[in-house]
Amino acid sequence: MNFIKHQIEKIKPHFEKGGKWEKHYYSFEALETFLFAPATTNDAKGSQIRDAIDLKRLMMTVIIAMLPCLIFGIWNVGHQHFLAIGQAGATLGEKFWVGALQVVPIVVISYGVGLGIEFVFATFRRHPVNEGFLVTGMLIPLVMPPDIPLWQVAVATAFAVIIGKEAFGGTGMNVLNVALTARAFLYFAYPTNISGSVWTYLGDGQAVAGYSGATPLSIAADAATTGENVVSSLNSFGAGWNDGVFTLSNLFMGLRPGSIGETSTLMCLIGAFILIATGTGSWKIIFSVFGGAYAMGLLLNLIGGNAFVEMPAHYHLVIGGLAFGAVFMATDPVTASQTETGKWIYGALIGVFTVLIRVFNPAYPEGIMLAILLMNVFAPLIDYFVVSANKKRRLQRATV
Amino acid sequence: MGKFIRLKKGFTINLQGKAAPKVVEIDQPETFVIKPTDFQGLYMPKPVVNVGDTVKAGSPLFHDKKHENVIYTSPVSGEIVEVKRGEKRKLLEIKILADKKVEHEAFKKFTVSEISNLSSADLKNQILKSGLWPTFIQRPFGIVADPAATPKAIHISAFDTHPLAPDYNILFKGQDQFFQVGVDILKKLTSGSVHVNTHSTSEISTVFSQVKGAEVNKFSGPHPAGCVGVQIHNLDPINKGDVVWTINPLGVIQIGKLFLNGIYDASRVVALTGSEVKNPQYYKTYTGASIKKFLENNLTNDHVRVISGNPLTGTAIGKDGHLGFFDQQISVLPEGDYAEFIGWITPGERKLSFHRAVGLFSFLSPGKERVVDTNTHGEPRSFVQTGIFEQVTPMDILPTYLLKSILAEDIDEMEALGIYEVIEEDLALCEFVDVSKHKVQEILREGLDLIQHS
Repeated sequence: MNFIKHQIEKIKPHFEKGGKWEKHYYSFEALETFLFAPATTNDAKGSQIRDAIDLKRLMMTVIIAMLPCLIFGIWNVGHQHFLAIGQAGATLGEKFWVGALQVVPIVVISYGVGLGIEFVFATFRRHPVNEGFLVTGMLIPLVMPPDIPLWQVAVATAFAVIIGKEAFGGTGMNVLNVALTARAFLYFAYPTNISGSVWTYLGDGQAVAGYSGATPLSIAADAATTGENVVSSLNSFGAGWNDGVFTLSNLFMGLRPGSIGETSTLMCLIGAFILIATGTGSWKIIFSVFGGAYAMGLLLNLIGGNAFVEMPAHYHLVIGGLAFGAVFMATDPVTASQTETGKWIYGALIGVFTVLIRVFNPAYPEGIMLAILLMNVFAPLIDYFVVSANKKRRLQRATV
Repeated sequence: MGKFIRLKKGFTINLQGKAAPKVVEIDQPETFVIKPTDFQGLYMPKPVVNVGDTVKAGSPLFHDKKHENVIYTSPVSGEIVEVKRGEKRKLLEIKILADKKVEHEAFKKFTVSEISNLSSADLKNQILKSGLWPTFIQRPFGIVADPAATPKAIHISAFDTHPLAPDYNILFKGQDQFFQVGVDILKKLTSGSVHVNTHSTSEISTVFSQVKGAEVNKFSGPHPAGCVGVQIHNLDPINKGDVVWTINPLGVIQIGKLFLNGIYDASRVVALTGSEVKNPQYYKTYTGASIKKFLENNLTNDHVRVISGNPLTGTAIGKDGHLGFFDQQISVLPEGDYAEFIGWITPGERKLSFHRAVGLFSFLSPGKERVVDTNTHGEPRSFVQTGIFEQVTPMDILPTYLLKSILAEDIDEMEALGIYEVIEEDLALCEFVDVSKHKVQEILREGLDLIQHS
């Protein structure tokens, strides 16, 4: 360790003011502080001691919470691949291998492009490299279809980081969730690559007879017009190549095609447990998203209308990406509501809008992405009212 | 009757090196210093002594150019050996070489019944002349009180919840009579009542529990329950236009002595604390004492930071520094100027944290005393994590929004968000727990200054 430290100390003067690589100071600083937590001490006045936490550790906690989704996602990509090409007997290792070959390049591209842009901006805008992208860089792959062309990942990441974040001033200043901005960009820019039969990686293999790329959401949306019972359609789907792929338990476990990390409600709940236990993610938001979606589902059941509306409310919690969005996207502290009361409102409205978009807007089968982005925009408004209430209490006190 | 208020939010920082409950008397330090920088709101100190002058305890050293009747006096008798100035000839400190035996300036003596007949103007006059006036702190802003004002209440916090805080039962033992007289005097200075705010769980000294004529309130809960600003907010919050005074129990006792004994008695008990002190204990000395003698042969190592005050709100003064005017505590902590290899992820049970993020396990053993150094443990960042400040602020205040309004220099917004109700110590815990390492106390003071000077 001392050797590395010595080397860093040796090249440090080149990056400091007046050095030949002065421009790259912040890139250097990012790498240096990554290797060694800095030796800076607190000022002579003010708090002489500080909590052991910093932003890097906070971000790492979120990444650890995402690992169950990532690992399961890698396996599931392989699992679905072999089911679709009719080789159900593939071993665990083979499934991981095929999954890793698909997923790891996406992760590498996402981090490479995103961090590259972060460093460039840090150099030109003269600000420290922020840790926010450590989480974003992992979120982006998890919401991508396994078959996504890598160049699209690169373009979407670049768009999200530049337009979604750096244009607003970097981490902490962005209005929209960066990872969802990437997903939304692909959704509108390259709709053919992010809908239809993209949810299973087929590779060179030939799909078995009867294979279909339909998702639970598209089945439910179809049911709205055909009038078939959604639950029985889901239960009978996949006969011949993947029996019972969309049964309730399978949907909960996540043994189904879909975006890499979003399929398993169980893995998302493990992530939620980590986030809540470590106090990193707001439990208020997670609970209220689920609660809002369930309540809206129940309300629609009561009203009735078509088969999708009448789908049991709890199905809304396990299909699509609701669980993943609730746990990892809605809880992003920068884009979520920042007041404690506001978090309840923000989360509940995300749940409500997700279900509404799903049920009443056939053009967008997945509602959670748009619901979160919508509420990202409205979060400051919610906070505005919560803060105003605080001011009003103070004002009333003064006049009585 | 006093109120009982339960506070839940907050965080008690449990550090190693609390002072053992014994008061030691050693040879008094040679030099004493009064630093104008200890007093917020002291506009322009104008010295009235020169090097070589001799002073008694209670003789004027300097006064405020704006409020000429607010004078600052010498804690001991002796000779002025230094008048230290900084940039633009700003007065930084006045150093006194103390006599072996303290001689006091004689003020008028009163009996208890005489005191009850004195008018508030007479009382103020004597307090002003003795140099005890600056012990009154005015809220809002936390500045030296304006003698012309009449506060709506006077609050005294009778316990300290800061890390390594001294035990008030030891500091003020046997001062019952002086405290009572002090409270009687305070009652004449306010239009409202005098509040003595005590801690519900610890044993309350008779100095506070037996006091008559004051509202004795009880508080429970973690730090910052002992901060007088937090207490005021929960008892009778400060609104725009209100003036409230606060004073620490020592000031009340000193005022009592001033009237009963006719002297400015600057003697005080000070707790020497911290993990780097061999024998943490209490010492008897005077305001502004040089701390050198207390540290001699009493430190476990040399690489330390010496703080006048507590580790959350104190000031680093160096090993041969002098005690601040308001401080009753010296904290000695390890200096944290080391780089830690991948320190942002290494787990550690010894790392103290309010948070529970990966690798931080201190929440599992909250009762354990810890050694904490002065490292920042991270770099400054934008505001990212939310909802943490609220968990350590037992007030109906939104600290993040308040801080952002200060950074934006939006005075109306600061007022609306309650800047009048807080000073640095009330939000010091936010600075401690902040993931993004903001200088919360510094930002808050900038806001308070901005409002006063615009």
